Amino acid sequence: MASHETSLNPPLEPDDEPTRRDVILIAASGFAAIGAAAALWPLLDQMNPDASALSLSSTDVDISHVEAGQAITVMWRGKPIFIRHRTDKEIASAKDVVVDDLRDPLARNANLPESAPASDDNRAAKDREPWLVMIGICTHLGCIPKGQAVGDYKGEFGGWFCPCHGSQYDTAGRIRLGPAPQNLAIPPYTFATDTKLKIG
Amino acid sequence: MAHESTYQPATGFERWLDSRLPVVRVMHDQFMVFPTPRNLNYWWTFGGILTFMLIAQIATGIVLAMHYVPTPEHAFDSVEIIMRDVNWGWFLRYSHAVGASMFFVAVYIHLFRGMYYGSYKAPREILWILGVLILFLMIATAFMGYSLVWGQMSFWAVTVITNLFSSLDAVIPGLGTTLVQWIWGGFSVGAPTLNRLFSLHYLFPFVIFGVVILHIWALHVPGNNNPTGIDVKSDKETVPFHPYYTIKDGFALVAFILLFAAVVFYAPNWLGHPDNYVPANPLQTPPHIVPEWYFLPFYAILRAIPNKLFGVIALLSSIAILFFIPWLDTSKVRSTSYRPIYKWFFWAFVVTSIGLGYLGSQQPEGWYLIAGRLLTFYYFAFFLVIMPVVGWIEKPRRLPGSITEAVLGHEAPEAAPSPSPSPPPARKRKRAEEVL
Repeated sequence: MASHETSLNPPLEPDDEPTRRDVILIAASGFAAIGAAAALWPLLDQMNPDASALSLSSTDVDISHVEAGQAITVMWRGKPIFIRHRTDKEIASAKDVVVDDLRDPLARNANLPESAPASDDNRAAKDREPWLVMIGICTHLGCIPKGQAVGDYKGEFGGWFCPCHGSQYDTAGRIRLGPAPQNLAIPPYTFATDTKLKIG
Repeated sequence: MAHESTYQPATGFERWLDSRLPVVRVMHDQFMVFPTPRNLNYWWTFGGILTFMLIAQIATGIVLAMHYVPTPEHAFDSVEIIMRDVNWGWFLRYSHAVGASMFFVAVYIHLFRGMYYGSYKAPREILWILGVLILFLMIATAFMGYSLVWGQMSFWAVTVITNLFSSLDAVIPGLGTTLVQWIWGGFSVGAPTLNRLFSLHYLFPFVIFGVVILHIWALHVPGNNNPTGIDVKSDKETVPFHPYYTIKDGFALVAFILLFAAVVFYAPNWLGHPDNYVPANPLQTPPHIVPEWYFLPFYAILRAIPNKLFGVIALLSSIAILFFIPWLDTSKVRSTSYRPIYKWFFWAFVVTSIGLGYLGSQQPEGWYLIAGRLLTFYYFAFFLVIMPVVGWIEKPRRLPGSITEAVLGHEAPEAAPSPSPSPPPARKRKRAEEVL
């Protein structure tokens, strides 16, 4: 563009001193950037879980028919929840573990503080040792581990085996072998009665 | 390459248009008379084939979207309705699904051609980087398209791949989970996820189209590389793009379409997986989940690493590392034909990539896991060790003085001196044969 000095195109300031124009330019650019960022946020936040996904009803489960050695799967928040009625042998094998030697030494139990260790007591239902309630999603890449049905291969530790990439969980749902980084997560839940479980 | 415009508007209307929007001039200069090295072989025809595939995918995709319903309740059924009820629906869907595979066949050949002939080296770094960017966009688009079928493989592919981001929990606790829930729009893969995958699957091909225009632009500034890897030195070493390469590219395209049509009409599900004809079930993971064939090498790399976060980093790095090869390769010689040591490593890399693809389709156990780790090691060592080190220690074979000499042998007059460090004098006739 030609740079003739006219009233519309005044000469530049002779030195580098800031001028009123610089101030206006910086202020205007600054406000434009803030405005653009503010307008961008709704475009990004609309992707987060919406109100209907957040207003989660809790799920009530009748567990009276689940005998020792059996397990059922129910849905909560679109996720499978594993409910296992463990045998005495399974409980004993879960207790016979040094917690500090585990791959993931934390309980990952939403009903306990985050720092709770992954002892069997902290994994199983409070005061209801045979019951184990977990989100049945492998902590590696989200597959559903095998081990709920009677005939399933349950891995070397007798708990669950993920068919996708070979992660193995023990009878307290703790990661023992394979690529998964964490123990199976435990959702918030309470026992309304001895046979009625409320998840969420 | 940059050259003076030779466009002469023939009619009054063309002159009128040319002074307002010189689009005919651009087409004439860039696609009719564009000076193209005279020695391009058939490996150079895949750029045109890829352009055709992109347009074919967009065309079939737009019409499929007129019949597809992106909700978990209806997605699978709408695909079956396309297959059974919609006029020509079977043809359109098989063309689109097989087309994705053919697109990747062509892009992998195109990529290995660029690697073999050093097309990423100066002054074509930006051209190469745009190409890798297109590859990334293609991978994302193909993945999202596969998810739309909402069969078992679709659903669990989305679950596994979106969960890759949860590995960021190992960096900042909660970051990965937050990100994954943002991608899902919920607490698991569901209706919002499918709907946004559809929206983005429709968008991305047009983004690819835009980057392809930049890719061609970046190609037309320095001009084509060629099988000798040496620069064009005179006009005699080029031919106009039309008719020479429109005919050659056209012939290759017809051959490619024959192959494409053979798969569409005789083996449309050959490259697919039968489990994807089972509707998505969020409560049951199929016993053996595998991605589509074109992702298998990367899947093998993911599974070769026993740590979740590092597995994901290796997976992304295995593609992203391509961005850096213009600087990882230290050799001044472009074409692998003149690199006696690197040549072996290059073909070993091709075999490694195919081997990783095979291992990606197998269960990661025992011997397969060990082989996967060895090949993953070679895959990265090729870029990070072999490319820089071989470039330093290798003594390249003598380069021909010019493209003309390479094509016509010793009869051609010697042009500019060879950039080769110490050219051995003999073996001239053999050289020309090897180049061809």
